[in-house]
Amino acid sequence: MSQLKHLLSAGDLDREAAIGILDIAEEMADVNNRDIKKLPTLRGKTVVNLFFEDSTRTRISFELAEKRLSADVINFSAKGSSVSKGESLKDTAQTLEAMGADAVVIRHHASGAANVLAHSGWIQGSIINAGDGTHEHPTQALLDAFTIRRRIHGSGSNGKDLSGLKVAIVGDVLHSRVARSNLLLLNTLGAEVHLVAPPTLFPADASKWQAELHFNLDAALNDVKPDAVMMLRVQAERMNASYFPSEREYSRIWGMNADRLALLKPDTLIMHPGPMNRGLEITAAAADSKNSTVLEQVANGVSVRMAVLYQLLSGERANIDA
Amino acid sequence: MSSRTVLSSGDIDRAITRIAHEIVESNHGTKDLVLLGIPTRGVLLAQRIATVIQRHYPDFNAATCTGKLDITMYRDDLAKNPTRTVTPTTIPATGIDDAVVVLVDDVLYSGRTIRAALDALNDLGRPSVVRLAVLIDRGHRELPIRADFVGKNLPTSRDERINVQLSENDGETSVVIES
Repeated sequence: MSQLKHLLSAGDLDREAAIGILDIAEEMADVNNRDIKKLPTLRGKTVVNLFFEDSTRTRISFELAEKRLSADVINFSAKGSSVSKGESLKDTAQTLEAMGADAVVIRHHASGAANVLAHSGWIQGSIINAGDGTHEHPTQALLDAFTIRRRIHGSGSNGKDLSGLKVAIVGDVLHSRVARSNLLLLNTLGAEVHLVAPPTLFPADASKWQAELHFNLDAALNDVKPDAVMMLRVQAERMNASYFPSEREYSRIWGMNADRLALLKPDTLIMHPGPMNRGLEITAAAADSKNSTVLEQVANGVSVRMAVLYQLLSGERANIDA
Repeated sequence: MSSRTVLSSGDIDRAITRIAHEIVESNHGTKDLVLLGIPTRGVLLAQRIATVIQRHYPDFNAATCTGKLDITMYRDDLAKNPTRTVTPTTIPATGIDDAVVVLVDDVLYSGRTIRAALDALNDLGRPSVVRLAVLIDRGHRELPIRADFVGKNLPTSRDERINVQLSENDGETSVVIES
């Protein structure tokens, strides 16, 4: 496996690299299940969590992963920092570089922010994209793939991909970095991807994506009989126009509820990246059913992020191209 | 490059049989005994030793009392080598608290692998005793670590390579010195 320096896009990973990370995550999951949840692996490394956008689970998940690998962790959020005084991304990055950060986990409201940080030369360390605008969120895609693989293959997961599985991604595809990263990674791992959304919530170029598009949820669930259904959060904060008439109508036509659960195979996974809008894209009946993997996804997030940090930060750094 | 075989398949079988008996003798039986192999070949050696013990002491269950201890995450040279692959760690379902743990590896050299293994064990539980069994002790220790059970002491120079081959992994069973 060629050594990665950054994780900016789920597309950075070929099949071998993706399976490698998922396999390491299996070992990290064992560590997370024992009494002493700590490894000395990243002792002496400094990791900065640079969050320009609000986040609960991603930031806590990264922080926990870093601490369990014994890295020194600095949390930076735009609120309460010099960013609110107008400091630019460049100056913030150079400040972190001067403090000797070995890796920066960045979440930013602008698509491409992680890429800029990785290739600008402002900072030498590894960059991990924890969500940039409506572009990508690669560690979410990895933890979703990990969750599907564990549910389907159980303890025999090591070395396996997701070939032969059908995954439906439903809802606000337009604003969803989770959908974009999942689309790339699921294809890399051999799964068949179906995107289901109202036409207003598809991006203009979606027809060129490597996925089948559907405009009717009931028909799609009936025809495809997916092995996993990922419900996307309706991103009201990014909606500057009317994409659908009303929340009630959205929930009725595009929401996962008990009736739609009944259309699916009994073991179909219901996934959601969180935070959930209960009653909008997913009802309590679906979110709390035995098919739901929402809390598993959160637990698996820590293991997968530990695997990513291990893969990027251990090993000889000298001869890796930026 | 010259190579010579220092242990044949039969030599290795006899060494494993002797180590198995020494382990049981020093423990006054098989009570609380757990064998943990260090990947890759330490695991195979641990399984071979366990099989011999079970043959002579049927109250010892080789399958449930043998495990693997991956030490990759605990190495002190992670930053000096390309990223290493991690392999599964498996320990007996009953854990290793108060057990008599015997670490098994193929070659004892600098002692750094064993240092890492001791750290890894520390995070898994608190054994009552930890012992070390190795097939080959080639000297050149860099840490105050010694083996309790040794198949063969093999004085070497640092330029030489010791190549342990076991049929499960390598097709044939032998120990070869390459220089």
